[in-house]
Formats: sequence, structure tokens, C-alpha cells
Amino acid sequence: MIVEGRAVLVRGDNIDTDVLYPGAQLNIDEVEEMKPYLFEGLDPSLRDELGGDTVLVVDENFGAGSSREHVPLAMRAWGIRCLVGKSFARIFYRNCINLGLLVVTCPEVVDAATSGAMLSIDTETREIEVDGRRFQAHPIAPFVLEMISAGGLVAWGERRLANS
Amino acid sequence: MARTLAEKILLAHTDADDVRPGDVVMVRCDLVMANDASGPVAFRQLEEMGAKEVFDPAKVVMVSDHFSPASSVRSADMLKRLKAWSESYGVTFYGQGRGGIEHTLLCEEGWIVPGSVVAGGDSHTCTYGALGAFGTGLGSTDIAACLAFGEFWQVVPGTIQVEYTGERQPFVAGKDLILAVIAEIGVAGGTNTALEFVGEGAEALSIDERLAVSNMAVEAGAETGFFPADDKISEYLAGRTSRTWEAERSDPDAEFVRQVHIDLSRLPPLIAMPHSPGNVSAVADIVGRKIDQVYIGNCANGTMTDLRQVAEIWAGQRIHNDCRAIVVPATQKIYREAMAEGLLDLFVEAGAIVSTPTCGACFGGGMGLLGPGETVIATTNRNFRGRMGSGEAEVHLANAYVAAAAALAGEIVHPGDVAR
Repeated sequence: MIVEGRAVLVRGDNIDTDVLYPGAQLNIDEVEEMKPYLFEGLDPSLRDELGGDTVLVVDENFGAGSSREHVPLAMRAWGIRCLVGKSFARIFYRNCINLGLLVVTCPEVVDAATSGAMLSIDTETREIEVDGRRFQAHPIAPFVLEMISAGGLVAWGERRLANS
Repeated sequence: MARTLAEKILLAHTDADDVRPGDVVMVRCDLVMANDASGPVAFRQLEEMGAKEVFDPAKVVMVSDHFSPASSVRSADMLKRLKAWSESYGVTFYGQGRGGIEHTLLCEEGWIVPGSVVAGGDSHTCTYGALGAFGTGLGSTDIAACLAFGEFWQVVPGTIQVEYTGERQPFVAGKDLILAVIAEIGVAGGTNTALEFVGEGAEALSIDERLAVSNMAVEAGAETGFFPADDKISEYLAGRTSRTWEAERSDPDAEFVRQVHIDLSRLPPLIAMPHSPGNVSAVADIVGRKIDQVYIGNCANGTMTDLRQVAEIWAGQRIHNDCRAIVVPATQKIYREAMAEGLLDLFVEAGAIVSTPTCGACFGGGMGLLGPGETVIATTNRNFRGRMGSGEAEVHLANAYVAAAAALAGEIVHPGDVAR
């Protein structure tokens, strides 16, 4: 699978779920209504860079903290196709995978990517292309890749129910 | 083959023949829990999956706690839908005024036993490690799959063994024991691991204090953080649960990712400074910082132990004129016990606000939010920017003694300096 998008850079280590989406808005369960709050506590102007296919480029331990799925739900709804980072917090990582949102670890890409650069990620070869330069991402567990190609955990569950 | 406690628990809950760190396995849940913030999103995903029923209604619990009691129409609607869903799927439901904050509540109610696997739609599900359970926080789509199939996928974690030795100093509590670990390994230091708390210092902790320790395992990035089953857990569970369990430990020759040693005889009361639980200082090093609000409560620190610590500091004294204090007993049972002991009266007499059990301001939901430029000391678990209201506010995390002492002084002080 090839995933492509324009780079949106979110700089800083340990960016937590609370600055990505405020606790006060967790009483929303409609995805479209979550979108206006993405990045609210971090930098609301980042939302101006979204629209169309984008790839979020992030630093260490991105998504630390809460289990709130509002963060990746809003990201997916904004057209973010993939996150490339130095490392990810565990619950945030699995929330993305469960939504079919690809997450790739590749510190070299994070250092190389500039705002607006075109990124292309090949999940089979783990090759990431940034403005013509090629990098190799860290290995992705086969189970995780299957989940992504299945379209996420809802589609996976749907199939399991249909087969049972 | 030598195994860690985490590996033993997971192996007993999977069809896999073996589990090794890094393996991805399907893990069966003994209990699935969600609340008014995570539940409604999970219900939408469950519906989209096409599931008409849950895998086992007797193993599902829903708790109204995050936005309860509602301070907005939107919250009222979420709480209403949580109740309606719970009734229609026939699962256990703790409504407003009938339970309290999920993690303290589920321990208190006997849902959690050593060696069990608990999937919770809340990152602080790791709190169940206080009773030797593999409690782990999951997002709403994971919870939807758990509701449908009673399983979640899990990367088998390595284990960081934390050994506490020596005797505790005065005014040091469970909160300090875990802040010391986060300071040592960092906020991402526990990624892909379970924390295991052992040693004479761990064994000496009461269950309430263990709740405080396990509660913040996720603040080190860990999947969970548990205490191996012992007599204290056994005594706590007696008369509280009919569930059966066996005491297990890591094998003596099991392999750990890392071992951390904390000498309690040298551990002072600590504070996590804004805006990270890993930004830890000794209280003694930062005395004098002005405090506008003190908040006692959360899913592990609104226990009788915490409330008694506050009472010990406040007895016969008044909260500083420039400071406000909010006390949130974690459950209805604790609320009544504190009332019967005269603690609530003592708090109100000291000039504090006593709240009904709720997650409230801990996550920025309500009941004590902060304005721009304000400072708070809270016994909660996260001090991220904007966590308790304004992004311009500063949140400090500490134990109940330290928080209560600051309320009397209107600034950070060592509890030993204000206690009578």
C-alpha cells in the first residue's frame, strides 16, 4: 500500500493528548463536531494547514497521556493519512491503527521533512520518499499492517461477525 | 521457562502457546469498562461493526463519572445515552450518585482480582494493578471490539521491575513513590513495558497507597503497573468479591527490561512541576510558590487514606484567605465514611468546598477549573498544559499532605512546617 500526503510538522517531544484535544470537549461523540478542537491547546493555527491528504510529522513520544480517541478520529476526518514520527505513546498508537490510520516510525524522515514537502510511504518496502530522498522506516508488525489494510478494527470486527 | 508476572497473566488469557515481549496476541478480558466520555464513541463503533449484543453482559461495566453531574446539556445527553445503552444491553451500570469514580469504585466493589485482565476505556485503567490485575487503558474502538468479542490485541510487554526498600519518611505517600519512578525513567521510559512493584517498601503500602502508585504507571508510558498478590490484597478482597484468583509472581530468574531501585529512607515529599508528570522536584526545593487552588481527588487519590491525610493537616486550622480548596471523595461509599468520621465537617469548617464524587476538574471537565495565570496543587495524575482549564494555568501534582499544607499557607510549604 502506498500512502501519500503533504507534510504538516508538529514539533516538540511528549506532545500530549490534552493539548491535541481538550478534555472539556470529550462530551462530543460526533466526529464532525470534534474537528474544530484538534490541536486546540497546542496551536489552533495548525488546523489551517490541514485539508486534502496530509502526513503529520512528529517528534518523540507523540500522543502521550489519555486514551481519548477524539484525537485520531479528528485527524482522520481532517484528511491526515499517516503519521511519521520518532516514537509514539502506546494508547495513541493503537487508537490510530484501530482506525486504519497508518503510523510509521522513522526519525530520519522527521529530521529531513520540511513543511509542505510531499511524502510517500510504501508499507510493503517500508520506504519513505521525501522530496526525492529515500529513507527506511522501522519495521511494522505484520498484525498492524493487516489491521491497516483491513481498514481498521471496525471493518475487521464486521468481517469477524459476518464469518461467525 | 522463566516468566514475568505480565507474561503469566497474558499467557493465561490467550490461545497462543507462548508469549514473549514483542509478540502480538489476542487477549481475553475478564472485565470491560467504559465511562460517559469513552462509552458513547465506543457504542457508535460497535453499531458500525454490526454487533447486536455484547460478548458477556456479566463482564461489562459502565460508569457515569467524567461529566457527572452534568453541567451542560451536551453532558446531560451523553450521560442519558450511557444509561440507556447500559440498560438495553443488560450490563452493570453505575449511575449518578450510585457509584463514583470508576477505578476506585471497581476496586471497592470487588470487580478486580489478581491475575485478571481488565480492558478499560480510560488510560488510568492501570490503577487495577494495585490489586495485581493487568488493567490496561484502551481507546473507544478497542473497547467496541472488546464489547463484541471479549478480546483485544496486545503487544506483549517487557517488564520493568521497581524495587522499593527502606522505611518511608514522614509525609511521604504513594504519590511520591510513583513520581520517583517517573523522574527516574522518564515519561516515555515505560513504553512497551509493564511496571512491577516489589520489595519491602511495596509490601508495606496499604491498598489505597498502591492505587496511587499504579494509577500513574501510564504517566511513564507503561501499559500497566502492578503489585504481585499478597496478604494485603487478600485481606482487602475478603468479603468484597466471590471471584476466584491465584497468587502469582514473576519467576526469580525471569528477564526484566530494566530494574529500578528506590530507597524510601532517602525519598522526600515530591512535586511534579508544570507541565509534565516527569518534571519532578523535592517539595523542599520549591517552597514559597503561591497557590490559588488545592484539589484533592481523582481515580486513585480521593480515598479514605487521602482524606485522613488532609484532615491531619487541616484539623483546627483555616485555609488561607487567598487560596481555595476542593475535596472530591472518590466514591459514594468513601463520601459516607468520611461523613461518619467527621472529616467532611472538618473540611467545610476549614473553609473547603466538598464535592460529590466526579472526575471533574482533574481532566478539565468542570467542578474547579482554573483561570489564566492561576496555580493549583492537585493530588491528580496529569499536569499537562490546559489539563485543568486555562492553558495559562499551572498544575502541580503532589500527595494529599503536601496539597493540604499548601492550602493553609497559600503557597508551597513542607507539610512538616504547618502540621500541628
